[in-house]
Amino acid sequence: MLIAVIVALAVGTYAFRLAGVILHDRLELPAPLRRMLPLAAAALLAALAGTAALTDSGAFAGIARPAGVAVGALLAWRKAPFVVVVVSAAATAALLRLAGVP
Amino acid sequence: MRTAERTVDRSLARDVGAIGLAVFAVGMSFGAIAVAAGLPAWAVIAMSIVVFAGGSQFMAVGLVAAGNPFAAVFAGLLLNARHLPFGLAVADAVGTGWRRRLIGSHILIDESVAFTMAQSDPASRRRAYWLTGATLFVSWNVGGVLGVMLGGAVGDTDALGLDAAFPAGLIALLLPSLRDPETRNVALAGTLVAVVTTPLLPAGLPVLLALSGLLLMRRNGGGL
Repeated sequence: MLIAVIVALAVGTYAFRLAGVILHDRLELPAPLRRMLPLAAAALLAALAGTAALTDSGAFAGIARPAGVAVGALLAWRKAPFVVVVVSAAATAALLRLAGVP
Repeated sequence: MRTAERTVDRSLARDVGAIGLAVFAVGMSFGAIAVAAGLPAWAVIAMSIVVFAGGSQFMAVGLVAAGNPFAAVFAGLLLNARHLPFGLAVADAVGTGWRRRLIGSHILIDESVAFTMAQSDPASRRRAYWLTGATLFVSWNVGGVLGVMLGGAVGDTDALGLDAAFPAGLIALLLPSLRDPETRNVALAGTLVAVVTTPLLPAGLPVLLALSGLLLMRRNGGGL
């Protein structure tokens, strides 16, 4: 049963990945649709970042995580190096939790 | 030209390395949590190799442990459906030829897409895609094996604030493309829809609904 779950999840996930990569060339997409692809990816990634920053299992994520992401986002906006952004976000969340902020 | 290329490569490697460390730590916690939930070590390691999608793996382990295998598959696939539009968007970076596509598709993850999107010219996009995908595949799986071996000795990665590191990294990679007003409108509208619907809908669906932001596309010669 566990093997079936792993196989189904693996095959399905790989099918999604491969389908997108192959369809891109197979479908002669009209120009407006081609222009839509990077926009679609940006919308999905932004939504992923937004939901991961603000929610946890469908509920509000608390204070430490959104605060950490906000510090990272602010630094990114001020053109700080990527490593600085990631480390500052993590450090902010970690320190707030250490101080007892959820 | 050569020097410029090498500088770009070095900074890309450093940025990918930073996320690689975070992925390694989360991979460790996945291994530890999965073993603690009662999954055999081989299954945990196999899952990390063949599924290679963190969010769906954590969810599947929770649902399998709760005795709900069907939900584990269904919810996991709903969560991973976003890889199809991602594949459409970065197909050029994966490359041509069947070997590249078959292998390259497997390392299609949020981070490899985000790093690819942050590059403009075709050669850089290809390098960013493969370097990110391959690096994170290794760190996720090595972390997973270590987590399985160390078990309870692995602490909670939330204490390290890693849950804040991933969204911040995604935002940093997205910012350059968000300078374009149209992309910004579409992405912000989509994010709003996703965040608002998250408490109401099963995991995975809200992020897919972010595609509704495309309704704000400029309609020059078509649109939706």
